[in-house]
Amino acid sequence: MSLFKNFNINKLKEGLSKTREKIFNSITETVTGKAIIDDLTIDKIEEILVSSDIGIDTAERIIEDLRKSLKSEKNRSTENILLLVKDELIKSLQVKDNSNKFLSSKPYVILIVGVNGVGKTTTIGKLANNYKKIGSKVIVGAADTFRAAANEQLDIWAKRADVDIIQSTKGADPSSIVFETIKKAVDDKYDVVLIDTAGRLHNKANLMKELDKIRRVIKKIIPDAPHETLLIVDANTGQNALIQANEFSKVTDINGLVITKLDGTAKGGVVFQIVAKQNIPIKFIGVGEGIDDLQEFDAKAFVEAIFN
Amino acid sequence: MFEDLSLKLETALKKVTGQGRLTENNISDTLREIRRILLDADVNYNVAKDFIENVKVKALGKDVIASISPGQLITKIIYDELTTLLGGGQQELQLNASGITTIMVVGLQGSGKTTFCGKLAKKLKDQKRKVLLVAADIYRPAAIEQLKLLGHQIEVEVFSLQEPDARKVAAEALSYAKEKNFNTLILDTAGRLHVDEEMMKEVLDLKTIINPTETLFVVDSMTGQDAVNSAKAFNEKVNFDGIVLTKLDGDSRGGAALSIRSVVGKPIKFISNGEKLENLEIFYPDRLASRILGKGDVVSLVEKAQASFDEFETEKLEEKLRKNKFDFDDFLKQIKLIKKMGSLSSLLGMIPGLGSQIKNAQIDDKALIKVEAIISSMTKEERSTPKILNGNRRKRIARGSGTSVQDVNRLIKQFGDMQKMIGNLSRKGLQGSMKNFKFN
Repeated sequence: MSLFKNFNINKLKEGLSKTREKIFNSITETVTGKAIIDDLTIDKIEEILVSSDIGIDTAERIIEDLRKSLKSEKNRSTENILLLVKDELIKSLQVKDNSNKFLSSKPYVILIVGVNGVGKTTTIGKLANNYKKIGSKVIVGAADTFRAAANEQLDIWAKRADVDIIQSTKGADPSSIVFETIKKAVDDKYDVVLIDTAGRLHNKANLMKELDKIRRVIKKIIPDAPHETLLIVDANTGQNALIQANEFSKVTDINGLVITKLDGTAKGGVVFQIVAKQNIPIKFIGVGEGIDDLQEFDAKAFVEAIFN
Repeated sequence: MFEDLSLKLETALKKVTGQGRLTENNISDTLREIRRILLDADVNYNVAKDFIENVKVKALGKDVIASISPGQLITKIIYDELTTLLGGGQQELQLNASGITTIMVVGLQGSGKTTFCGKLAKKLKDQKRKVLLVAADIYRPAAIEQLKLLGHQIEVEVFSLQEPDARKVAAEALSYAKEKNFNTLILDTAGRLHVDEEMMKEVLDLKTIINPTETLFVVDSMTGQDAVNSAKAFNEKVNFDGIVLTKLDGDSRGGAALSIRSVVGKPIKFISNGEKLENLEIFYPDRLASRILGKGDVVSLVEKAQASFDEFETEKLEEKLRKNKFDFDDFLKQIKLIKKMGSLSSLLGMIPGLGSQIKNAQIDDKALIKVEAIISSMTKEERSTPKILNGNRRKRIARGSGTSVQDVNRLIKQFGDMQKMIGNLSRKGLQGSMKNFKFN
């Protein structure tokens, strides 16, 4: 089931093709023709997993499980070993989506958060476009009043997606922009509200407090909003993404992840850990700078696309 | 997570304790834990592997000196190796004394190029250079606008064109700069993926056009394993001169920097933290080495202290302490040593258990600067014989150091208290307590 009509598995595969080939080639090279899995093979699999930013703990756990299941497993063919690893990875991505049903209330408020430079504004542009395409009345709020020209950047995206925007001026109080956006959304009966926030490093206490204030302002007008808070994670990010997810979760309930920049060679493997430790599902992936380069996330498709 | 790691490391180090010589057997656990620490800090898998191999070669067969524990010896080797790798070939930014200096800034999307360009422009403008910022990111919405706003804040002119070809922007900017007698041109290029052939061709063309004095590769310190791939690809294309590490004010451990340095061998020239245009810092390899090894790590603290405390100095100090002849000169030396080890707040942050408690406390590193200034304003005689510091002398010192007489009085009182404390200590047998010197 896909919410957006432009969901295109081929595009996802295309985006991950370099990754896929690399991982697939190394694994087949590793295990082809071997009846018994040896240390060298284990090392190779570890290298592949760790190189995807999955983290040494997770890699070791997967390998440990692999060893155990191979003990009782007669079939030690390449295909079967791959299947075991794949299954393990898919399993670890299966968590319940605890966000509200889409459009369960109107307006449906989505708050976008993340550290600097991960692609928050670009993601909002793509999301706005997608919601607009399925017939929703969309408004975006430029609550990044901090970075130079963040407002202008969102404005250009809003025009591209043909949605409305509440603009800000640099240095304005982000909460007031949020208030204005939510108020307009309620008064003028919008379906979807997307709030852009300033990039903030999760260890900056004041900025995290500001995020809390933004949430409170939203709740003042719509008590059960934001209906979704999405944490944007750059696929290039290493183990720090885990701490980011942890710290952002402390300030706001994160309902989902968006992985951006998956069209490069970075594999974004750290999300396996985030999903496992934070119990947050991955909702979308970004695979380019075009307005249509946002895909709905599908655990099976994602892992399949890596290995097939 | 880090506490867990340092615990494992301590357990591993215990195995080496009491051994007379480092062998493959007694260091393997330690090396395995160090490898985990490196991987956890985002050091690339293969870089970590090579690194551990190097350390092993250097460590094997080393005799353990009586005064240093085997665990400390192996950590010292690791720390030294790490610092050398990070700092080798450190260089300043190349600036032409006459004619025009051109600087090209490249990197992936969202690494912090535009913000860095603003900071560099400010720094060079403060050095009285005539700087022109050039907006060659014609792709990202409002990227030109962003640079213009930054330029406006620091009063540096920004060159831009409504033009769909970045090459043309660069070429025209260069002739404009020459015509208007700018001596420094900073080219902000679009963020690009290293696998995007068309965009990589563009960056090479830009390089040919402006023939940069310096090409800088900007990289987010939070980058993971893939850092080596992008850095390698950029380096093969534009052969950059240096690395700019951004967002180190977060809590990432910055292992990517080690990966990149190992793979491309280019120096890290700047640290770019925060969005304030003053926040451009010089890179200290030893500080990053400690960070990669982990903040709450006892071993790195001991190691850091050991590296800084020149053994000879320590012996001399012991002698003086024993004879209760600790004077202001020694005090100043100690302050300088502490500063060499990093800021007070970062030093305290490394003490396990204490780190989290003082996380939000404000520790004033400036207090040390004041103390240094006061002592520096004393004469030689005053430093070695503090007793002679009368009212007039104190007034003169306050004037000379730009502080108040109250500040001077407070320092002298604190120093007196300290001398008393040391007196007590040395009677109790300082030799022993110095040997077991530990911060916690």
